[in-house]
Amino acid sequence: MDAVFLSRLQFGAAAFFHFLFVPLTLGLSILVAIMETKYVKTGDEDYKRMAKFWGKLFLINFAIGIVTGITLEFQFGTNWANYSKYVGDVFGSLLAIEASLAFFLESTFIAVWIFGWNKLSPKAHAACIWIVALASNISAYWILSANAWMQHPVGYVIRNGRAELVDFFSLITQKFAVLSFLHTVSAAYILAGFFVMGVSAYHLLKKQNVEFFKKSFRIALTFALVFAVFEVVQGHLNGSEVAKAQPTKLAAMEAHWETEKGAPIALFAIPDEKHERNIVEIGKIPGALSMLAYHNMSAAVVGLKDFPKEERPPVLINFIAFRTMVGLGFLFMLLTIIGWLKRNKLEESPRFLKIMLYAIPLPYIAIEAGWMLTEIGRQPWIVYGLMKTTDAVSPIAASQVLISLIAFVIVYSALGIVDFFLLFKYARKGPEEAAA
Amino acid sequence: MLLNIWFFLWGLLWAVYFMLDGFDLGLGTLLPVLAKNDEERRMVYNAMGPFWDGNEVWLITAGGVTFAAFPTTYAVMFSSLYAALLIILFALILRGVTFEFRNKVDKPFWKAVWDWCLVIGSFVPALLFGVAFANIFKGIPIDQNGVYHGTLFTLLNPYGLIGGLLFLFLFLVHGSIWLSVKTSGELHERGLSMAKKLWPVVLILAVAFLAATRYYTHLYDNYFQKPVLFLIPVITVIALVATRYFTGKGNEWKAWFASSLTIVSATFFGVAGLYPRLLPSSLDPKASLTIYNSASSPLTLKIMLGVALTLVPVVIVYQAWVYNAFKHKLTEDDLAYEEAY
Repeated sequence: MDAVFLSRLQFGAAAFFHFLFVPLTLGLSILVAIMETKYVKTGDEDYKRMAKFWGKLFLINFAIGIVTGITLEFQFGTNWANYSKYVGDVFGSLLAIEASLAFFLESTFIAVWIFGWNKLSPKAHAACIWIVALASNISAYWILSANAWMQHPVGYVIRNGRAELVDFFSLITQKFAVLSFLHTVSAAYILAGFFVMGVSAYHLLKKQNVEFFKKSFRIALTFALVFAVFEVVQGHLNGSEVAKAQPTKLAAMEAHWETEKGAPIALFAIPDEKHERNIVEIGKIPGALSMLAYHNMSAAVVGLKDFPKEERPPVLINFIAFRTMVGLGFLFMLLTIIGWLKRNKLEESPRFLKIMLYAIPLPYIAIEAGWMLTEIGRQPWIVYGLMKTTDAVSPIAASQVLISLIAFVIVYSALGIVDFFLLFKYARKGPEEAAA
Repeated sequence: MLLNIWFFLWGLLWAVYFMLDGFDLGLGTLLPVLAKNDEERRMVYNAMGPFWDGNEVWLITAGGVTFAAFPTTYAVMFSSLYAALLIILFALILRGVTFEFRNKVDKPFWKAVWDWCLVIGSFVPALLFGVAFANIFKGIPIDQNGVYHGTLFTLLNPYGLIGGLLFLFLFLVHGSIWLSVKTSGELHERGLSMAKKLWPVVLILAVAFLAATRYYTHLYDNYFQKPVLFLIPVITVIALVATRYFTGKGNEWKAWFASSLTIVSATFFGVAGLYPRLLPSSLDPKASLTIYNSASSPLTLKIMLGVALTLVPVVIVYQAWVYNAFKHKLTEDDLAYEEAY
């Protein structure tokens, strides 16, 4: 095991873990802000209890998201020194702006929100959680622009033996950045919606605090429904952007070997990378891949065989990750539509509530699958078409990385267990009793 | 010019980080010594409560700015200090989650575990930041290609250790004073008397560090070339004496500001001596990373300067607002507050 492999594993594990917590932060901050705003507008104490109850879960989750984000920023230097040297002129500024623009706001005002219930007017207090919500989402924009640049580098020239910035504006306005932002935050909003619906379903099934959780459920339902529908439509745009910008990723995620016109999509297949073919293909839809990629049933789609072997990403994992993400995406739309139809008779639909309770992990799986596709599908490039991952690593001993990787796994697992334990504990406990 | 401004800003961001998070790290380390029971321990946590998270972002910004303005330095420094840096980060992770987790389960064992996480998570970064910066001042064994020829233990040389201890004790005094800023009664007194007790240690370490700097580093070269720079260590010493003076007078706010100035000027003592280097090489002066050979392109530096000059003042304004809003001394009401740590 060399330093490249171990560093990839370490960055992957750290990012994977980080992103177990970030989506809930992005979405739940908005939901809590909506609840608290309703409290400010109506004066209904129930909404205040709601903001506090969901706010508590938000904070337990938030803590881990914050602390694990720091290690990611620093790992570009510790493990990917050659990458940082080569592209830092372009890439570094995005991270620095994220910290000074968004992270400061988020971290400062979350504390004001925690400690300010009695100190600030209700309006000012609600403003704090809006600032946190806004800052988290702005933060996501900068991070995703940085990631988009790795997927589709723009606005630079090669000069002085490195990539140098020539057009800053294009980094943050390029289509890839905008699309991946919309795609990621919508997924996060769906996840947060399902989280709130799932926990509410648990209490509704137990017939505890029924009114409280019906209200919570409906707020989350509307939110999740809007973004579940949006995500399906938007995801399609993402797909065609990938087709244009990253043809190898497209070919890998569809296990598409031969260049052909009117390329089909197989719903299910078992790719055999060694022999460059699929062993089994079931449910072939003719022309669907051409349609997806170029909005034209008969357009030609380049197959994996027409790319040099050393420039192809792994096929099987991307193929599975893509199907998992898309399949679940459609399921979320279906479930939220069903929820919408049942929104006024939730207590009478225990089966649906049970499904929603057990659906809590599904958006997590969909989001992680999406990220695996994004990152593994980009391989062997760290910056698509510009720099290979193998050239990006720091000149450090593999043994050192192995030790830190083990430390990551131990510390993060322990934290993850504690955090999920606390989330369960407080989710099951339910809200504080209303003041008499 | 642009490079010089960025060098200054680079030093400033680290100095502000040490000044702000310094008191959290110091106070966290002293938790078992300063607090005798759960109520007092909660006072300590809540004394840092509204501030620690915002303080820590200065570290992220300092890191981010190093990346954006001096990417080669960022790459070589962070990969060379690999083990030290990751240990610091793990420690900070433990410290961060402790605030959120400790009060979530009402069992003595649970709380004791998190209390130790706070202590370790504060002590380790306080010490290692000092070790790391002393080694940066001194230079580390990097070659022309930015490859580090050493291990974690290379950093634990006498000068590195003096630097580490100096940072640690500066932060301990800084944190003790902060506790007396935020509390009244017994804790307030205990904070002040701890600061008084530790102060002579800081003085000895500071003198030892200034002397060892002459022996182990080239920092004084700049000072002899521009003697006006000697004002910086003079300010450090005056601020350090003022810290003791105001602590003795029982004026905790002035003592805290004096202690803040001590930390900022101590950081700048090293930074001024480094100029124009960011990371000297102990193997070959030509392999040193400087503002000339490790900076970003002028365009990036200009954009980032615009960003920094717009945003950092705004950050300072709203963080100052938060400090002002929560500057009151903690009472039992604060502990009874539902969301308190």
